[in-house]
This record gives sequence, structure tokens and C-alpha cells, in this order.
Amino acid sequence: MDKSQKNNTWLFEISSKSNLLDFKFKEIWQYRDLLLLFVRRDVVTLYKQTVLGPLWYLIQPLLTSVIFTLVFNGIADINTGNVNAFLFNLAGITIWNYFAECLKATSDTFKKNENIFGKVYFPRVIMPLSITVSNLLKFGIQILIFIAFYIFFAFRGDAGTVSIYLVLLPLIVLIMGLLGLGLGMIISSMVTKYRDLTFLVQFGIQLMMYVSAVMYPIAIVKDKLPSYVSWIVEYNPLARVIESFRFMVFQEGEFSLQYIFITLGISVIIFLFGLIIFNKTERNFIDTV
Amino acid sequence: MQEKEIILRVEGLSKQYRLGVIGTGTISHDLNRWWHKIRGKEDPYLRIGERNKRSSVGKSNYVWAIKNVSFDVRRGEVLGIIGKNGAGKSTLLKILSKVTMPTKGIIKSKGRIASLLEVGTGFHPELTGKENIFLNGAILGMTKAEIKSKFEEIVEFAGVQRYVDTPVKRYSSGMKVRLAFAVAAHLEPEILVVDEVLAVGDAEFQKKAIGKMQDIAKGEGRTVLFVSHDMDAIQKLTQRTVVLADGEVLFDGDTDKAIQEYLNQGLDTKPYHEWESLETAPGNDFGRLKSAAIRDKNGELCNRFSVRDDIFVEVTYWDLNTEYNNTAIIHVVNERGQRLFASNEFNAPDWLEFHDKKEKGIVTATCTIPRHFLAEGQFSLLVAVGNYNPEIIHAVEDNLLSFEIFDDTTGDGVRGPYAGKWPGIVRPMLSWKIKKQPLDSK
Repeated sequence: MDKSQKNNTWLFEISSKSNLLDFKFKEIWQYRDLLLLFVRRDVVTLYKQTVLGPLWYLIQPLLTSVIFTLVFNGIADINTGNVNAFLFNLAGITIWNYFAECLKATSDTFKKNENIFGKVYFPRVIMPLSITVSNLLKFGIQILIFIAFYIFFAFRGDAGTVSIYLVLLPLIVLIMGLLGLGLGMIISSMVTKYRDLTFLVQFGIQLMMYVSAVMYPIAIVKDKLPSYVSWIVEYNPLARVIESFRFMVFQEGEFSLQYIFITLGISVIIFLFGLIIFNKTERNFIDTV
Repeated sequence: MQEKEIILRVEGLSKQYRLGVIGTGTISHDLNRWWHKIRGKEDPYLRIGERNKRSSVGKSNYVWAIKNVSFDVRRGEVLGIIGKNGAGKSTLLKILSKVTMPTKGIIKSKGRIASLLEVGTGFHPELTGKENIFLNGAILGMTKAEIKSKFEEIVEFAGVQRYVDTPVKRYSSGMKVRLAFAVAAHLEPEILVVDEVLAVGDAEFQKKAIGKMQDIAKGEGRTVLFVSHDMDAIQKLTQRTVVLADGEVLFDGDTDKAIQEYLNQGLDTKPYHEWESLETAPGNDFGRLKSAAIRDKNGELCNRFSVRDDIFVEVTYWDLNTEYNNTAIIHVVNERGQRLFASNEFNAPDWLEFHDKKEKGIVTATCTIPRHFLAEGQFSLLVAVGNYNPEIIHAVEDNLLSFEIFDDTTGDGVRGPYAGKWPGIVRPMLSWKIKKQPLDSK
């Protein structure tokens, strides 16, 4: 035996055993260029096959807000305080959309990338991560629209006032991103084996929107519904985040720093949990997908 | 020769697959598995599982795609991996490239492994050649800076200088392949895994690709695992080869011997068939088949022959014909379904002596298929009994028996020591006469 062989320092090992709590952050960092290139690819090719292009990102939230205003404020007569109902709904939808888009796009990661995952290895989590990042672009466009309408309604005097806590907006986006990504990773891992879940995602997101205070303030739920139902909204981190955002821009509704940090904690836990499941699935999914 | 350090070690590598349709039943297996796991017991489904034989139907739903595979690779070595379809090559490569994980066993590596499993994965048609080079390089594990420093080289190697800023969807398929190979070939992992990439591109590009592979291995001292069905390429590029068969290592060593071993592998062939009784045997009141056998020169049943062996096909039948003269018939069919030839018992010079008296009896007729006649491959036999004038076939059994012929490279065969592909559906040893004149004679 030659000398070098005694020096048994293997660079890495591939085996069936793995450390459940190994999040591979180091490896993700090594592949950061790939993450950026995927984001770039998504951005560059985003409008390539559409007629209206980026206009879609305006139409969807605006029309949804109009309908919500008609139904929930016009017909159901939900009181939005000093704030114009349309603007109130647009605020909720803008934030909600980021979460929903992230969740939708990441929840079929394995199925959609079966081809490339079956041939080359890179940390699979790069894929949903890049989706979450490139969705920020859409979110950016939508928040610009929101700002435009906000200014319009501010001149008319029914947009409330901006709170100092608006500086925490990045935190709100982070929470929504982490929740969308975390849940998306959990679902995408389960979809590889049980396809039924795909049908559930669309439907589930829709249902979730109704219990996440997108088109009503949390106070109304507590007011009108008995406590054995209203807790669904009250303890729903998504509802808390959306309500907090509205407080930041309108100074309407409930807000406390405590809530923000609790939801941040919850979203980090969900994200890490998703990452564990995702990392476990990536090892063998190609055999079952 | 100085032995270099071991850069890659594969130890007891196994991978189990579940066959069949995933549906109900999977959940119950998952739960059962989980229940064993939390009690700290071994996975109950790991104990079952069979050797992976494609053609035979197994009892269990679990098979080992590869089982207990071990080998070492030294730095700078080009290792060939060969095996028939389903031998476990792709599974091994998938585990090596971390696409899927082993069920048991371990791979230890001292270098980055990059694979060229199928080139062009991750190309986006809307992006330009340049953008795709960066994206593809990053997918394969390069950093942006690495790609940048090699960009010119890659474009030049692929020969697509004019199209760098054109979306890839406008490329011809050949251009795409060349670009993809160029990116992958300029990777700088310590260990490169290559699978059949050379099957693409035109002849000129293939030559370039093989040359590049040789450079990678010899010049740059990188380690290459090369998987192919092309014995020619294997022989050109490697000195050592691992032969896989049914998921296990059949041979590991010198490439020439490995190729021989690979070509010599037994197939699922059947040299004998017998019917139990006169009543159940195929046929009619004129004749019924009794048995058929393929034997070697010692009279032993045999299903594998060298091209240098005589093959003896023996047909036994109940001769019940008191009106006409029965004859045994055989057809030889190759693996592509081509009927190579038919032969009849009545070619025997003494055939009439046995049949003219119209006595009932059991006839055993043996046909010799001469050496240096059939090419290597798998053959099936049709066996029949009948009579001519008038033409009546009493019994016919297609695909009844099968055998295999191999052609090794020990040097005295038709192919001589050449191990590559040999054309033709027959392989006769023909006689050659040679004349040679000195140049200065008029």
C-alpha cells in the first residue's frame, strides 16, 4: 500500500444514511451562482410566450379586488373603517398573492423538474428557492400598483395613515416567502408519492384565503363568529401577517410586534421542517415519481 | 508502474427497487416500514428482493437493481463499465452522480464527481447559447467565474461561434449536442462519469469527443468512469473494465478480458424440451414430437457455443406414419427474427432406409450445424415434423429451443484478435489465397 492511502480523508461519502438535521446550507451557498442563473432564466423567459406580458400581474389583483369589494363590502357590508374598501382588499391580495404564488409554484418542484433532477445532481432546494426569489419580481410589480392606488386614495383622504412600522415590511415579505416555500416543499415532497395532493393544492389555497383575513379585518371575525370558529382566523399566522401589513399602511386593525415575531418564528419552523422533508425526499424521489 | 492513490471507493453498494404499480398497498408498506423503524428494527422489505433478472418473472415485488457492488478507482484511471441492458449500469451511475441514493453500501470519494449522463439537460430553448452555457455549467456545478474563464474555449470546441447570441431553439439538434458536450467536457471535476454520449453527433464530432476524453484522462490526469455498449470505444479509452451482470460484478480487470467475459455471458436460453406423453405431445396420427435438444460434441446439453464449435440439434418424434415418409424439420431464427435457414431430416443419405418400410417407431434425428457458420448472437429454433408429397405438417413448435453463440478474441476465429463490432449475419471461415510481388519486378 502506498502512503497516500493511509491518509484516509474522503472528501464526501454517498450512503443510505443521512443526518436528518443536515440542512446543507454550505452546499446551497456553493451553488449560489446557479440560484441566480435560475432566477435570471425565470425573469428573462417570463414574458416570452404571453401576449399581454407583465400586464397580467396588474389585471389579476385589480379584478380580484373589484370583485371582492362588490361582494364583501357591497353585498356583505363588511366595514373597513376609514379605508376605502377597494384599497383595503388590494392590500390583502397583494400580500396574499406572494404567498400563494410561492406555494403554488414550489409545490410541484419534483414533478416538474423530474427530467433534470433525474440526470444531474445539484442541491434540489435551489429550485424552489429560485422560484421564491423570482416571484419577488411579480410581487414588486404588484406592490407598485398598490402604491399608485394608495397615493390616489390618500389624496381623497380615505387611505388612513402610514405607520412607522412600515419599516418592517421586508419582514412581512420574508414571513410570506418562508411560509410559501416551507409549505411548498412539504407538499412537493409528498406529491412525489401520492399524486392526489396536486388536486388538493389549488383547492386548499383557495380555502385558505378565506380564513386568512384577506378581505376582512380580524376584529370582525371575533365580533361576528363564536370563538370556536373564529380561532381559525385569529391564530392563523397568514391572517396575522396580512392584518399587520394593513396596519403598517393604514393604521387600521390589530398590530403588535409580538405577533410579528411569533409568526416569524412559526414560519422559520415550517421552513426548516419543509427543508428536512425536502432533503429527505430528494435522495430517492426519482425512484417513485 | 507506480500505483496511484485510490480516489473513489465503492463498497457493497446495493439498490432495491419496488416493481409494479404504485397505488394502494404502498401506504400500508410505508406504514409497516415506519413501524419497524421506530421500533429500531430492520426494514422488513430489505430482506426480500431477488436478483434482477429481467426475463424471468420473480416471486417478490422487490428486486435488487444492483447488489453488493464493490470496486476501487485510482486517480487518473479510465475505468470502463459494461453490461447488458438491465445489468445495473444506469443505476450505478445514478447513485454515483447522486441522483438517487443507495439502499445499502457506501461510496467514498476524494474528488468532485460530475456526470455526463445525458448532455443538454437544462437547456432552455428561449435563452441564447451564451446564457445556456452559463446556466448549464452552473447546473453541472461550475461557478460563474469558472465558466467565464473557459467560455471562449467552450464556444470554439462546440464550433458555434456564429450562434452564441441566438436562442438555442434555433439551433440544429447537432449543434445543441455539441454545445452541451462542450460545456460538460470543460468541467473540472476530479471524477467524470460519462454515459454513451459518444452515440451522438457526426463522425467528425465523435472523433473530437473521443480525443477530448483521452486528453481528459491522460493529459489532465483526471479520473473517468466510462459506460458504453460500444466495445470499440471501451477498448480505445480504457485499460480496466468492470463487467456488471444482473446487478453484480461479474468481472473486474483488464479490458480485453472483460470484453471477452461480457461477450461470453450466458443468456436465458433453453437447450431441451420434452413432452410427457404421446397424448399431450403436439401432432396427429401421423407423427408427434417427443423431445428436442441442443447438444455439444460430447453429447451434453449445451446452450452456449463458440463460433468454433459444432452444434448438434437432436429431434425425437413418434413416427406413426404408415402412408408417407416423415421428416424432422428445423428452422434457425436469429435475435432480429430473421429466418436464417431451414433444414430437413430427408437430407440424410440413409433417410429412406428408416422410413420406406412404413413401420411405427421413435425416430431420433440429429442435425449438425457446422462451426464457423453462424455469427455470434442468440438464436431460436423452430422444430417440426411432417411429410412432403403431399405436404402435411403434423406438428410445429416455433421458438421451442434457443442457444447462444459467442465469438471471443483468442485469435484463431474469423475475427482474429479484433474485439470490436463484426458485421454480417453469418460468420464463415473462408479460405484466402495471397500473392505478393516485390515492387521492382516488372
